[in-house]
Amino acid sequence: MLTTVHSKKGLQLTMGLILGMLFGFLLQKGGVTNYDVIIGQLLLADFTVLKVMLSAVITGMLGIHFLRRIGLAQLHPKPGSVGTSVVGGLLFGVGFAVLGYCPGTVAGAVGQGYLDALCGGVVGILVGAGIFAALYPKLNQPILSRGDFGELTLPQMLKLPAEIVVVPVSVLLIVLLLFLEKAGL
Amino acid sequence: MDWLSMGRWSPYAVGVGIGVLSWLTFVLSDKPIGCSTAYARTSGMIERLFRGNSVVAKPYYAKFAPVIDWEWMLVLGIFMGSFVSAKLSGQFQALWVPNKWVSTFGYTPVARLLVAFVGGIFMGLGARWAGGCTSGHGISGTLQLAVSGWLAALCFFIGGIAVAMLIY
Repeated sequence: MLTTVHSKKGLQLTMGLILGMLFGFLLQKGGVTNYDVIIGQLLLADFTVLKVMLSAVITGMLGIHFLRRIGLAQLHPKPGSVGTSVVGGLLFGVGFAVLGYCPGTVAGAVGQGYLDALCGGVVGILVGAGIFAALYPKLNQPILSRGDFGELTLPQMLKLPAEIVVVPVSVLLIVLLLFLEKAGL
Repeated sequence: MDWLSMGRWSPYAVGVGIGVLSWLTFVLSDKPIGCSTAYARTSGMIERLFRGNSVVAKPYYAKFAPVIDWEWMLVLGIFMGSFVSAKLSGQFQALWVPNKWVSTFGYTPVARLLVAFVGGIFMGLGARWAGGCTSGHGISGTLQLAVSGWLAALCFFIGGIAVAMLIY
């Protein structure tokens, strides 16, 4: 691993900016910084969002597991619980449909001039994040730690090497994409 | 260089590009792509302007300090990269109300702004509650085969599809 590169603070902030610019460029070119495209996905009429996400996941998954194998990367799976992933996930879903952008694409939408994203979306997300920070001590014990499974990964759950699990998962996702194309979606 | 000024790329090309980008974030920065903690940190920074340093002692901000970090720069980069892309293709335009909204609810900027604000609150709350967003869980979590990522991403879409169907 490039630990010396990782430890240089100023360099890392610059790296974040450059990688973010590439990300924003790609999101805009993919059309997913548009309200119409995101709502189209949630109405199951336009599958652009899913196509972008699944091809990113397949490419990323194969690459990251290979890079880990050769010692160039390490995994950072997030911890989770039923109380965080399910309750938080559903709340996020409500926001996803009502706002029509997500925290990454809303920044991209602002970049292409969308003012509902800036004056409504970004402000709302900041308020929502602030509300969570205020509620956090009260939510932590009773809800967030419910059904805690920690930093569990699918290979750990199945007790199989990750290099083996990536194969059927990739195949499954590719089949899903082929099915979408075949169905003309 | 025509492809740089194209309005749209194939979703698969964009997806593969984001996948390769995730290799770079892991190798060069030892970080998965993610966006929503940047908003939590910013929220803390704003609160700090009004209420002073006591904000830093809040249990949540002890975990996610209200400072500019790698991910904050990533989100700033998204804004800039999207601006460059939109400028190159001539798609940059000041827009208050998206087309899909106009065709269903008419040109109602104030209503759209209020709804976007309320949606943003749910999104900010939900993203921090779930510990990630469409990038952090939906792409980075799932590609690492994290159970938290797959479960959260599934719930994002279940909630999103249900509510979108109610709205439209």
